[in-house]
Amino acid sequence: MSAGSDLQDLYQEVILDHNKRPRNFRTIEDAHKAEGYNPLCGDRLTVYLRLEDGRVADVSFQGSGCAISKASASLMTDSVKGKTLAEVEELFERFHQMITRPPDEPVDDLGKLSVLAGVRQFPIRVKCASLPWHTLRSAAEDKREIVSTEQEGSVQF
Amino acid sequence: MSTTAPVRETGPANARPAPDVARFRRDFPILARQVHGKPLVYLDNAATTQKPQAVIDRLTQFYSRENANVHRGVHLLSERATDAYEQARETVRRFIRATDRQEIVFVRGTTEAINLVASSYGGPAVGRGDEVLVTTMEHHSNIVPWQILCEEKGARLRVVPMTDAGELRLDEFEALLSDRTKIVAVVHVSNALGTVNPIADIVRIAHSRGVPVIVDGAQAVAHMRVDVQALDCDFYTFSGHKIFGPTGIGVLYAKAALLDGMPPYQGGGDMISSVSFERTLYNVLPYKFEAGTPNIAGAIGLAAALDYVDSVGLDRITAYERDLLAYGTDALSQIRGLRLTGTAADKASILAFVFDGVHPHDIGTILDREGVAIRTGHHCCQPLMDRLGVPATARASLAFYNTREEIDALAAALDKVRVVFA
Repeated sequence: MSAGSDLQDLYQEVILDHNKRPRNFRTIEDAHKAEGYNPLCGDRLTVYLRLEDGRVADVSFQGSGCAISKASASLMTDSVKGKTLAEVEELFERFHQMITRPPDEPVDDLGKLSVLAGVRQFPIRVKCASLPWHTLRSAAEDKREIVSTEQEGSVQF
Repeated sequence: MSTTAPVRETGPANARPAPDVARFRRDFPILARQVHGKPLVYLDNAATTQKPQAVIDRLTQFYSRENANVHRGVHLLSERATDAYEQARETVRRFIRATDRQEIVFVRGTTEAINLVASSYGGPAVGRGDEVLVTTMEHHSNIVPWQILCEEKGARLRVVPMTDAGELRLDEFEALLSDRTKIVAVVHVSNALGTVNPIADIVRIAHSRGVPVIVDGAQAVAHMRVDVQALDCDFYTFSGHKIFGPTGIGVLYAKAALLDGMPPYQGGGDMISSVSFERTLYNVLPYKFEAGTPNIAGAIGLAAALDYVDSVGLDRITAYERDLLAYGTDALSQIRGLRLTGTAADKASILAFVFDGVHPHDIGTILDREGVAIRTGHHCCQPLMDRLGVPATARASLAFYNTREEIDALAAALDKVRVVFA
């Protein structure tokens, strides 16, 4: 197709597929959960998290949002299962670096999550990709307030 | 895929584009630039309009040759600046057909104008159990100031509903008016739908119950002739930057009799005639409402913008934009999966839409890379989005310098969105 190459980077097949058929797009009963909200574009999602012995036993999400936030949430749920919270936190760090580093700098290979590296060419979309992760962190901490991309103190970029 | 725009030989209105649009476009230097290596197609005029060279030059001229404070100095420059600032007020008065220049208050923008009225008119007028009437399609700036007022006073905010097409239910409006209604706040042209509301009818109905009306004219003034006397509204507000003028300057028009009875909005210099620690005498209208050094250059730049609009001719602008909107409506209606939001019979300048299975944010990003600038999101109208049952929409908004070729570029870029998300 004739979309620009950075657009192709952003809207890769994998991302479009996760947008269309998000994985773990369901609720979990009796789970930790948290809500994330991006008031600028209306993205809204709930992340459900069940822990066993300090590891992610199950994780899922629900909500509506743009392709980037939905694919990011879907890929996130796929990639954190079985991890300890410390490992999840470390992965989030590396993911965040990947989507915020200047486009000409090298970034870690994060496996499937690497399909979101194209986001760094679209700084305005970084919040879309990181909202699910912030919401997951909030679910792990059992925070009650809604995670907002525009709320001082709850989300840093 | 092909990037060729579909050829549309026959629009619903088969008029040729006004021959002089190309010439007018040259008045706006920014329209010649490229973004992402593509010609800029600027369709975000409801957010802010671009500035003609005449406005840019006027600001430069003021700051390089005339800058001084107003209403103070005895020196030449101060006198000149005062003249230019007051001349700008006269230009605004003439532009909106107000009777007297004392009815023209310079403010920062529409938002400040509405806050001023909510505070200085609403404050004394609204009490416990009273009601303020707004509509479903108001911008947050014509909701929140009234909400704050109602909370403070123990009053109630009532909302006039609309039809699915985005037209106000005048029957419901009439039914909602009561002895408790203290003010009606209504938008002239909806920024999210493009609906042109029948302001003269609304004012007539409200006045028959003795209720004053404030009109948010932010999206109206650049697209149609506004005559505040013909509308008979009590307050009319607009922003300079949405009518090709600078940011940070706007206008509150208010009937002198109402302004006269209102307490000041802010205290400070320029709004007084004398001050002692025992007592302050307020200045005459409109200065009572212009505390502190005003946005002098902004007002002068706004006047240059209004003069420019008059030189183009508002009637010509209205007719041209109506044709362009019809062409755009037709072009977008042909795109599979696209649904227009806001299909009122009387519309101006706005093409808002949603796309099956594609979030507006993604539409905005793809269009941007094609050089097409639109707005996506809730457009500061969250209650309206709730009414429409969508989290957000995409919105292309027109100005008289837009062309059919640009609509074609929009349609071609939307085709690309469809292909990416197929």
